[in-house]
Amino acid sequence: MTGADTPPVVRVRGLVNRFGRQIVHDGLDLDVRSGEIFGIVGGSGSGKSVLLRTILGLKRPDAGVVELYGKNVDATTRSERAALVQRFGVTFQNGALISSLTVAENIQLPLREYRSLSEESLAALADLCLAMVGLGADAAAKFPAQLSGGMVKRAALARALALEPKLLFLDEPTAGLDPISAAAFDQLLLYLHSQLGLTVVMITHDLDTLFRTCGRIGVIVDGRMVVDTLDGMMRNPHPWIRAYFHGPRARAAEQEAHG
Amino acid sequence: MSGSLALEGSGEDWRLSLRGDWSARALAQIERQLGALRPDLAGNLVCDWTGTEAPGIGPTWALLARLARSEPGRLNVRHVGAPPHLEFLQQLLAGRIAPAAAERAPVSVEQPLERVGRWTVLQGEETRAAVGFLGRIVAVIGAAFARPRALRLKSVVRHVHETGIKAIPIVALIAFLISVIVAYLGAQQLQRFGADIFVVDLVAIAVLREMGVLLTAIIVAGRSGSAFAAEIGVMQINEETDALRAMGMNPIELLVVPRVIALVVALPLLTIIADAMGLAGGGLLSHLQLNIPWSQFTSRLHEAIAPTTFWAGLIKAPVFALLIGMVGTYRGLQVRESARELGRLTTVAVVQSIFLVILADALFAVLYVRLDF
Repeated sequence: MTGADTPPVVRVRGLVNRFGRQIVHDGLDLDVRSGEIFGIVGGSGSGKSVLLRTILGLKRPDAGVVELYGKNVDATTRSERAALVQRFGVTFQNGALISSLTVAENIQLPLREYRSLSEESLAALADLCLAMVGLGADAAAKFPAQLSGGMVKRAALARALALEPKLLFLDEPTAGLDPISAAAFDQLLLYLHSQLGLTVVMITHDLDTLFRTCGRIGVIVDGRMVVDTLDGMMRNPHPWIRAYFHGPRARAAEQEAHG
Repeated sequence: MSGSLALEGSGEDWRLSLRGDWSARALAQIERQLGALRPDLAGNLVCDWTGTEAPGIGPTWALLARLARSEPGRLNVRHVGAPPHLEFLQQLLAGRIAPAAAERAPVSVEQPLERVGRWTVLQGEETRAAVGFLGRIVAVIGAAFARPRALRLKSVVRHVHETGIKAIPIVALIAFLISVIVAYLGAQQLQRFGADIFVVDLVAIAVLREMGVLLTAIIVAGRSGSAFAAEIGVMQINEETDALRAMGMNPIELLVVPRVIALVVALPLLTIIADAMGLAGGGLLSHLQLNIPWSQFTSRLHEAIAPTTFWAGLIKAPVFALLIGMVGTYRGLQVRESARELGRLTTVAVVQSIFLVILADALFAVLYVRLDF
């Protein structure tokens, strides 16, 4: 499934985003290949979340093209857009579960919108999604406020998986989790990735996650993206990248991953 | 081609041929066909996936769940040409106990009784908490005599601006319009008796004693009572109030008292504006509809109102302000964790403060009659 020969799932060319005078992205290019786990890192304010919002079509870029599955996300009709959003799943930084709905209802939300299913199959699918992310059936009836941080992240992932997308966008999936929960989340991600053949694009600052899961890494520096494998990144001479991948935390994480 | 399944065979040997689109989109249709499958399936079953296109997770799960139901050890299933995620789903299903159907507690006589009891206890606790809340506000204000900084003058000024000055246009407009309406209806009736001039009495007493302050209070309850509840509620959700407490600051002192004081200052001032606008509206209508000139209107006004009429309305304003401010901030502080709570308690804040304002107004009316005020 993984291969450079297949067309990229996500393709960004010459992306420019600015807020007033401040230029966040200045001709950013990005290709995400089918079947890989792609990590995006960058300093605070370097525009990681803006990039994600642009790729999702939540923000219109000031210049440049964003394509998902070869389709320009800014030039879609209503029905094309509806078809496109069913082909990817997203989790947001704080879960973004709808707080007035139970976990099961949150998972069923996209299913109710896009599929006409009986109540029994909706319940069965919610149960399936919970099972996939390793949550017990008792979580289904709980409200988001009753969940722990790790459970919220898993429930958000379950909702993202509800429409069986092949492409996942994760915004800081392990932020705010304790190391054990974060490691368990990494395991889950790798597991789902291998079992379901997912392509994953992930913003993360968790170096452990980065070392353990990501095949390739994109670093946003100076408004552009530098893409390389982890080994390549370790040898990159750019000062910010050096500081990021050779800092004391990075060394510890690397030893952990390879040692 | 849409997804379908066909069962053939007899006795101990069955073959289930799956064909066509078995992707997630076809789930509804596949569910229906699975439901129609004979329930007493037993023996050996070969599940043939070779005719399917891109089988999805949902339909696979539905099939497995359906087979698991008719399989208390009597059905042997072998999958041919199965999708790669089949094994994964089988593992999940094996480790999953079907969620038990929600049990309904039996209905009994005690249940309504129990609910009444619970409600009563809850109301008692609410009342006690509300009195406690009032006590904490009074304590902060009392402490402010020794430490004037605790009154947070800057914050008070900001809230007077928000709740008072910014409310002037809407309060003025509504007071004007309502008194025009009252004067118009009154004029229609009084004209029949040739008692046109008493429209002035009607408008003056209605506006000054009741409507000016009551309308203003209701507008402010809708405008600022809800804002208080929502602002403080969001701070509760974001743990800002906890942060204040952890830094040794009192949320009552910081958030509640400035708002309540600001409202106690702003509402009487707004009432005066509403009174003036109400009288202007009545005067304008008398002039246009009944040809009562301004000079006659004002001289009649002097006769119509006792020295106490104006004060009878205005005295109520600070009391109403106290009720609105306290209910709004109290409900805001009750918000816990979720957006739904925030919406519910904001609604409660507005409804309850309007109710309490009207209740207090009724009590004032009784009191004024007793005092002959």
